[in-house]
Amino acid sequence: MSGSRLKLYGLLALLYVLHNDWWLWNDARLRFGLPMGLLYHLAYMGATAVVMYVLVTQAWPHHLEIDDSGDHQ
Amino acid sequence: MTLAIIAVYMAAVLSIGAFSHRLFQGTGEDYFLATRSIGPFLLLMSLFGTNMTAFALLGASGEAYHAGIGVFGFMPAISGLVIPAIFFFVGTRAWAIGKRHGYVTQVQFFRDRWESDSLGLLLFVVLVGLVIPYLLIGVMAGGITLNQVTGGDVPEWIGGLVICLVVLTYVTYGGLRGTAWVNTFQTIVFMVLGAVTVFVVFRNMGGVGVVMSRIAAEAPELLVREGNFSPVRWLTYSLIPLSPAMFPHMFMHWLSARRLENFRLTVMVYPLCIAAVWLPPVLLGIAGRLDFPGLVGGQSNSILVQMITLHAPGVLAGLLGAGVFAAVMSSLDSQVLSLGTMFTEDIVRHYGHADRLTDRQQILSGRLFVVAILAFTYTLFLFSDRSIFDLATWSFTGFAALIPIAIGGLFWRRSTKQGATACVGTVVVLWSYFFYQGWGDRTYTVGGSGVMAVAVILAASSVAMIVVSLLTHPPDDEHVNRFIVPPAG
Repeated sequence: MSGSRLKLYGLLALLYVLHNDWWLWNDARLRFGLPMGLLYHLAYMGATAVVMYVLVTQAWPHHLEIDDSGDHQ
Repeated sequence: MTLAIIAVYMAAVLSIGAFSHRLFQGTGEDYFLATRSIGPFLLLMSLFGTNMTAFALLGASGEAYHAGIGVFGFMPAISGLVIPAIFFFVGTRAWAIGKRHGYVTQVQFFRDRWESDSLGLLLFVVLVGLVIPYLLIGVMAGGITLNQVTGGDVPEWIGGLVICLVVLTYVTYGGLRGTAWVNTFQTIVFMVLGAVTVFVVFRNMGGVGVVMSRIAAEAPELLVREGNFSPVRWLTYSLIPLSPAMFPHMFMHWLSARRLENFRLTVMVYPLCIAAVWLPPVLLGIAGRLDFPGLVGGQSNSILVQMITLHAPGVLAGLLGAGVFAAVMSSLDSQVLSLGTMFTEDIVRHYGHADRLTDRQQILSGRLFVVAILAFTYTLFLFSDRSIFDLATWSFTGFAALIPIAIGGLFWRRSTKQGATACVGTVVVLWSYFFYQGWGDRTYTVGGSGVMAVAVILAASSVAMIVVSLLTHPPDDEHVNRFIVPPAG
């Protein structure tokens, strides 16, 4: 497995860890009209979309593609 | 007026299903998989629409009413990471294997992969059993919605019945193509109407900032997670989004893709789609505490519809009611179709009835099975008062705990049929035990520790899969090569 693929998979693992924002557990401050915990997870989902974009463009499993005859391309 | 709008919406859905029937080629593969012809946009809309259910709209708003903003991070935020990752790692491989071997259901794959009829039959029973609570939340949501948007004039049993009949009709006519088309239409409807609802309701209440400031003063516990979620429960619940890897209806939608490339769009935009759909119900559920304080338990399932009828009566209430119906039906249809397909392929055809029955008779047998399952689900609905969030969580727990067989089947050469059977058996025993223990307790965790049952069941099923596989005779290399594609360099 290539190093860049591993780094991307590592990014996925990092995102999984960052989902647990325990430092904001009791933070009731409002920013832009929204509570911090909600704002954090909205930003988190934006970051996830960026990582997914990179994953699809840099590590797409082309070797799995199959033509209509059932053979791998 | 509200009823007229919903009736028009139902007619539109039925028309799309009927129109798709005109392209029907008369074969089983066309009915069940649209001849593997689905493009990127339809794939995204049908996968997303299928996954967004009454759980996302009524369940999320009902839960946010009690537990506040944490509901957004608890379920959709982690789903936005885990589900596209499942599509990327599992969905693409399932598609490749399915296309190469001509599979229609996941039971066919697992049965061939480990050369075990008994494992296939066990999985059939378990998967159908786990889909039933999932169906139940859709039927419940139909009943609640119609009841609430009509101010209680239409009893819940009629709403549940209507949703069953409409879904049954267009799935019967349109098969997977009809389901994909209708899902696309319905997904667009509920995404647009969700945004419109939040805009209208919050404008009516003075804006998001005003609403949140009032919440900070009147119900500040809704703005934090302290007291609503324990960190351990938060962490272990993040295993629940693994469940789509084992949804029978998700597997069928994967196989319907024309090309592997068609998954790309879904993987990339899925997190944004989830955010767009879950944010409105969570915000409305929190705001509901201001207008409808004091709701207890499952009563909050209807908070979204109550907010709509209070702040946006008339035409908009009808439209938004239709939006809720759209979300509900876009899942129910795929689940119903997958059950019919499984019965036809995994029971009728596999056990030798294919020679005695024509193609159309085999499909008819699947439809009759679906009618029986829906009738059973509807009967459960008439006697059930469980929370939608709670029911969905138990269903997802079972599916998520089965993921070792998906991973083992697609990635692990050394996995054996005994290991897979032990894994499924472990899930059945432990799921039944914890379901019995948690019955009636909305916040049940294992021994009150904060650990969700899914973590324990998944750990046990993984150990069963690994240990029993290693203790039993390894499968033949040549056979395994048919199912495991070597990794890219």
